[in-house]
Amino acid sequence: MSLLTSIKDHHAEKRIFVQRVIAASIICVLLLSIVIARLIQLQVFEFEHYAERSQGNRFRIEALPPTRGLIFDRKGRVLAENLPAYQLELIPEQVPDVEDTLQRLAAINLINRDDIPRIQQLTKAGPRFKPVTLSFRLTEEEIARFAIQRPRFPGVDFQPRLVRHYPHGIEVAHAIGYVGALSTSDLNRLDTAAYTGTAHTGKTGLEYSFESDLHGDTGHQQVITNARGRQIPLDSLQLQSAQEQKESATPGENIYLSLDLDLQKIATDALKGRRGSVVAIDPRSGEILTMVSAPGFDPNYFPLGMSRSQYASLINDLDQPLFNRAIRGQYPPGSTIKPILAISALETGVITKNHRAFCTGSFTLPGSTHRYRDWKPEGHGSVDLHDAITQSCDVYFYEISNDLDIDNMHDWLFKFGLGHLTGIDIDGEKPGLVPSRAWKRNAFQRREDRAWFPGETVIASIGQGYMLATPLQLASAAATIAMRGKRFVPHLVTAVEDSVNGERIPLTSVALEDVVLKDSRNWDTVIGAMHDVMQGARGTARAAGARAKYQMAGKSGTAQVFSVSQEDEYEEDEIAERLKDHALFIAFAPLDDPQIAVAVVIENGSSGSGVAAPIARAIMDKYLESNNSATK
Amino acid sequence: MQLSDTQRIVDHNARPLGAASRLLRRLHLDGPLLIGLLLIISFGLVVLYSAVGANMQLWVGQCMRLGVALIAMVIIAQLPPSFMRRWTPWGYLLGLGLLVLVLTGGEVGKGAQRWLDLGVRFQPSEIMKLAVPMMAAWYLHERTLPPRFSQLLVLGVIIVLPTVLIARQPDLGTALLIGVSGILVVLLAGLSFRLILAFGLAAVPGAFILWNFMKDYQRQRVLTLLDPDSDPLGAGYNIIQSKIAIGSGGLFGKGWTNGSQAQLEFLPERNTDFIFAVMGEELGLLGLLSLLVLYVFIVGRGLHIAIQAGDSFSRLVAGSISLTFFVYVFVNTAMVTGLVPVVGVPLPLVSFGGTSMVTLLVGFGILMSIQTHRKLLPQ
Repeated sequence: MSLLTSIKDHHAEKRIFVQRVIAASIICVLLLSIVIARLIQLQVFEFEHYAERSQGNRFRIEALPPTRGLIFDRKGRVLAENLPAYQLELIPEQVPDVEDTLQRLAAINLINRDDIPRIQQLTKAGPRFKPVTLSFRLTEEEIARFAIQRPRFPGVDFQPRLVRHYPHGIEVAHAIGYVGALSTSDLNRLDTAAYTGTAHTGKTGLEYSFESDLHGDTGHQQVITNARGRQIPLDSLQLQSAQEQKESATPGENIYLSLDLDLQKIATDALKGRRGSVVAIDPRSGEILTMVSAPGFDPNYFPLGMSRSQYASLINDLDQPLFNRAIRGQYPPGSTIKPILAISALETGVITKNHRAFCTGSFTLPGSTHRYRDWKPEGHGSVDLHDAITQSCDVYFYEISNDLDIDNMHDWLFKFGLGHLTGIDIDGEKPGLVPSRAWKRNAFQRREDRAWFPGETVIASIGQGYMLATPLQLASAAATIAMRGKRFVPHLVTAVEDSVNGERIPLTSVALEDVVLKDSRNWDTVIGAMHDVMQGARGTARAAGARAKYQMAGKSGTAQVFSVSQEDEYEEDEIAERLKDHALFIAFAPLDDPQIAVAVVIENGSSGSGVAAPIARAIMDKYLESNNSATK
Repeated sequence: MQLSDTQRIVDHNARPLGAASRLLRRLHLDGPLLIGLLLIISFGLVVLYSAVGANMQLWVGQCMRLGVALIAMVIIAQLPPSFMRRWTPWGYLLGLGLLVLVLTGGEVGKGAQRWLDLGVRFQPSEIMKLAVPMMAAWYLHERTLPPRFSQLLVLGVIIVLPTVLIARQPDLGTALLIGVSGILVVLLAGLSFRLILAFGLAAVPGAFILWNFMKDYQRQRVLTLLDPDSDPLGAGYNIIQSKIAIGSGGLFGKGWTNGSQAQLEFLPERNTDFIFAVMGEELGLLGLLSLLVLYVFIVGRGLHIAIQAGDSFSRLVAGSISLTFFVYVFVNTAMVTGLVPVVGVPLPLVSFGGTSMVTLLVGFGILMSIQTHRKLLPQ
């Protein structure tokens, strides 16, 4: 034993050690008490707080987007539906090498090589389990091509999703409108909470105006998610408290239209290669039977998203295919307003139906040298009111215009629905313009421009000058004449159907204030003249009204184009083309029991009776033929 | 030898030896300690099953490692303390050498060089967890206690050298715990309270120096502790989620395998450092208290063995191992409940992982050896 050991005091050492162990034990107990106190604090006193936070952690409310309502024509044919489209998706966490995969997909032409950097950004942006869309719509050929190669692309697959589809896109594009991807401005307008799961919203036409009916109610599902936000299938967990809470989405309501797809097709074909519009109305209810604006466009590009160049070509097209001429195109109505002016002249006693005028081919106001020309340079000779309408004599109306007075003209045209909104159930309608002294006082800045000149009354009497009307307004006015003053708000939607219980709620037609004449025989006078326009021996549109199985009435119009905007950009031929007169025609049939009223406007169509009238005839033929065969 | 026989006779007279007791004595195992350990290990395995998400492969793997660790404990228990004492300096030097090797060519795991691939991957710092207190005890066992100041300098080197090497890996948590295990030896040896106070005061500037040596993520952990909600998705995330898990467990817990925090992976490191939170969430306060009772029992038994030990080496080693074990428990539970910074200390005997399990059970093997090789009187 060493010296050191010999002088060690084992008992003292042990005594000190025991003391130290006791001290250490006390400290241990103190430390342990702190931990236990902490546990009691967390698990007893703050239990509710943390229990709540743990609930919030695991549950996430997921929106279940509703299926958009369908749109049908008057015969129950689908105009807007939801079809599954296949899109190519990539799930980043399942792809070993994203860059390589994208390169190989580009090599077989399934994606564009230029898109690779953008897609790579997307794969890095979101959670790695969230699919990234590579291509929005695969063609069948692309699906087949990918299907063969699929084993080479782990983590890439095509997935179906519902996409709005318009089976008769071009024929109904302007009336139905289209849906497009929700934009931030849409979200400012809409209830954001109701659109949490929705990707598309109506942008124009009925899709826009009936958005709240078509959209439906978003459902909600409480899903359990893990810390990375990935949804956990319930059966994979043994969590007792896990109960799925689900509130299904309510599909949007189906809407039924008064539009007749057959008429849409005829009108679309008739307008092929032209700019213009056809509107047909059932005068008994205001139901719109056809509403076509040409050129049209294929609305199916919008739900899927189109390329920048595709969109640019639509926007920059000189013919403005996206422009709904039926409700937004404002044209000088020309001679189509003559029947209304005739009624107003008869009613106010300016003339009787036997009043005659002698047409020399031009008219000069007293004290003026300016000659207002008739469309027929050699003149119509001696004409009464009937002749003035059937042959569309301008001088007759020039002569009575001063007595009729512009303010009186305005009031009567206004009663027939011109110069103000018709109240159609889609947005974007233009009011047209019926001038009056009061209007002119407010419309111009310069004092000398505010005065109404007698010459302006003269040209207003043949629907020129300041006067503007939309094809819809003209069709509605024709319907009013046909119904001898009974008026309805023109509308497209006739019923809304609850897509859950199938209950269909009809939307009743809204009657407007009738045009009441002191002498209802004045209707006979004017309608009779309009009948002879189409089916009389000297009517301007007798060619269009020939060989019909029913009686019809109409009035042609040919409106001068006064100015062309951006003239300098047009080619020589283009100028000549676009300076031609607009061709207009209004008509209704059958004469004694009107079922359809039509307005046709062909931009730069030159001749109302020659170009526009045959289209109106074709529409009426088709509609009455199918109506009659249906009733027989 | 005669005395030893006497001892046996005395014991034999005091209470009759059952078959189990005889087996334990032959295997040099301490009954109460063994029972306590087996209870805690079983409890741990039950909790771990839930924490690994019922992944049988991981769970069975852990059972196998536990088996290996228990066998290591039994083997160590056969070695008499005097044998271990003789080999202590060599073990210490070997550990130091391996630590240097790790720093020069260790494998990087989770951003730190802690692993050494010598056929089997292991962390040399595990050796030091036992080698440091044993070396300190070895240095002190022949010297008069309490230690003199000059001896404290030598002890300082013995303790600080491996601590710094491990801290450089960087593994601050382990380094601090190893330092603590060495310091505990010095304190148990009877360091005067005046010196303890002096060191305590010196620790304040020491803390500042330590702060300067810390890596950014280590400083972040300290800052996060002070205000976890300042960075709820970043550094504070662990603590917040762990507190939610424990707090939402309440008195009785959400039920085994029913902890939403744990099962839905909100809780990070749920089968290693944060397994205490899994237990708190699923088994509630009662479950945690039961576990703590078991820990207290083991520490108490260890200290009992230390007090009864016949020589100062055994006493100091047993005392240090027992108290260090407590420090592990305290640091882990305090860290998981947000009382101290997240330092990466596993919950002993429960957390997933093989190496630390072996070290711990080897430590208890040493305790058992000390208890079962005890002589009635000092040599």
